[in-house]
Amino acid sequence: MSDVVLRGIRKAYGEIQTIHGVDLDIRDGEFIVFVGPSGCGKSTLLRMIAGLEDITQGEMLIGGERVNDTPPAKRGVAMVFQSYALYPHMSVYDNMAFGLKLAGVGQNETRTAVERAAKILQIEHLLDRKPKALSGGQRQRVAIGRAIVRKPNVFLFDEPLSNLDAALRVQMRIEITKLHRELATTMIYVTHDQVEAMTLADRIVVLQAGKVEQVGAPLELYHHPANLFVAGFIGSPKMNFVDARISAVEQRGITVQLSDGSSVTAAVESAGASVGAKVTLGIRPEHFCFDTEDATNRISGCVMAVEQLGEATYLYLEVQGAADMLVVRADAAHPARRGETVQLRLPAERCYLFNETGLAYQRRAAVELSK
Amino acid sequence: MADLAYHQTPAARIGRFGIYAVLALFALYYLAPLYVMVVTSLKSLEEVRNGNLLALPAAPSLEAWSTAWSSACTGVECSGIQGYFWNSIKMLVPAVALSTLIGAVNGYVLAMWRFKGSDLFFTLLMIGCFLPFQVVILPMAQMLGFLGLENGTARLVLVHTIYGLAFTTMFFRNFYVTIPDELVKAARIDGAGFLRIFFRIMLPISLPTIAVCVIWQTTQIWNDFLFGVVFSAGETQPMTVALNNLVNTSTGVKHYNVEMAAAIIAALPTLCVYAFGGKYFIRGLTAGAVKG
Repeated sequence: MSDVVLRGIRKAYGEIQTIHGVDLDIRDGEFIVFVGPSGCGKSTLLRMIAGLEDITQGEMLIGGERVNDTPPAKRGVAMVFQSYALYPHMSVYDNMAFGLKLAGVGQNETRTAVERAAKILQIEHLLDRKPKALSGGQRQRVAIGRAIVRKPNVFLFDEPLSNLDAALRVQMRIEITKLHRELATTMIYVTHDQVEAMTLADRIVVLQAGKVEQVGAPLELYHHPANLFVAGFIGSPKMNFVDARISAVEQRGITVQLSDGSSVTAAVESAGASVGAKVTLGIRPEHFCFDTEDATNRISGCVMAVEQLGEATYLYLEVQGAADMLVVRADAAHPARRGETVQLRLPAERCYLFNETGLAYQRRAAVELSK
Repeated sequence: MADLAYHQTPAARIGRFGIYAVLALFALYYLAPLYVMVVTSLKSLEEVRNGNLLALPAAPSLEAWSTAWSSACTGVECSGIQGYFWNSIKMLVPAVALSTLIGAVNGYVLAMWRFKGSDLFFTLLMIGCFLPFQVVILPMAQMLGFLGLENGTARLVLVHTIYGLAFTTMFFRNFYVTIPDELVKAARIDGAGFLRIFFRIMLPISLPTIAVCVIWQTTQIWNDFLFGVVFSAGETQPMTVALNNLVNTSTGVKHYNVEMAAAIIAALPTLCVYAFGGKYFIRGLTAGAVKG
């Protein structure tokens, strides 16, 4: 078991820099998820930790030791790949034993280690088969087994569930959580799926264009996104953004005026806010209210589409002056139809506000909500 | 398949019959020379001269075969083609093995361990596939002279290995680019180095490609006449050159039966390679087209 420390890690391919100075402290036993859109550098970063990519600049420490120039096999890491990367001509047993054989581990010890891993993953009955005789889920188990066998200090997962179908993905997700609990080893997991990130991580690292946008616990990112990018990335369907201008800065929050003339107050800290400044108002689809008692913080929109999912109904609203349609999550029984106009309330403590450069104003109420 | 045929309309069935008839006709056309060769080789010279070309031998005899093998004249020598047959084998085996193995290493590097300019390197190598034999003769002769290689067989092994590398490299490289490079990465994390990955992972999974290379190279090298006649002399000449000498030896009557037997012997190894490796050949050529 080890902690992993990244200090000013940079990666450049010739002139082109893809990782722009990443600093990160990963604690021993922690489950860290790197998440971001494709091309954000999350896989590159993981491969740098694995030792499969050179570090152009910066320092990498695993278990307190500098590993910049240590070959992959000597870093005490094991990796699970998206394509499983099983050796097709070897049996499941040989696949799992390959690393130990190369390390010169004795036959008995190898057998014990493979059987233990197979037992944890319930693939004992598959040990004699070739990978091509296995289903996708079984192959992924073997790939994880191959990692367990090496008793690594750090597990690295590179989008391991992306090739599985939806039901299997949920099942494997839970098993990976279980595995982490049992092994209590540091795990670093790369995904582009924010649901995987939210459900698996102790802490999430949101990356964009080779930079860390925010690091934090899943709910911390949900309630306190540092900027527009994180706010839009965490949560599904994504947060609605509406352009606005600050019309008043008060004790209870900042009041903004939308382009349709309605005004909305967001319960955020007013530090740095000035009347007239351009801002972006954010609200998640699940946070709209349909009650009509309170006359403030209201907007109205025309329903353009209705999606009934059974557990909930999503309304797509066109709001005057807003660039994109608003997505609203309503009760499953919500009667709205296409073409109707609906009134919505935006609870002040549920609103997010971002300044012109995309940075968030610190929210007040959400601090309590997250507890 | 049977179900499909059952449901065919009469028109489609007639069409299908037509296709098979045409195919059978072409097969006959192509097999006719082989038939003539075989029956002629089993006839006596008397019968060849008097009989019909297509007639079956009246008294089949392997005499022409043994003559061709051990006592036919190739130029001034009259000890048959056996020595030359073994010459060809001695040239073939190392040349095929070397060109296949080196091609595999080349392909592995070009697909998995890209270096600066590796794509350009591969493109240049590809040009080698399009170079006709005649173009390389002169520079090759100069190089062999420079190397001071005297033995005809050794010269031919070298020439064929080098000439074949463009093809074998291409076969292996094109196969290896279809292998996810995560496989190599997984092996690196497991602690395998460059050579270990090659011998323990890449080579075992490329059996179909090895079959393609072996068939391709065997056919090319065994059938080659030009390099054989240019770069070897006398005792070390390969089979193809000996066959030519045998046919062109102009003393007395022409022994068609012996010549046919010799020609069949000369063609036998490549036929065998196709018969035994043909299915891997097709599999290897299409490998990677379907996700494994």
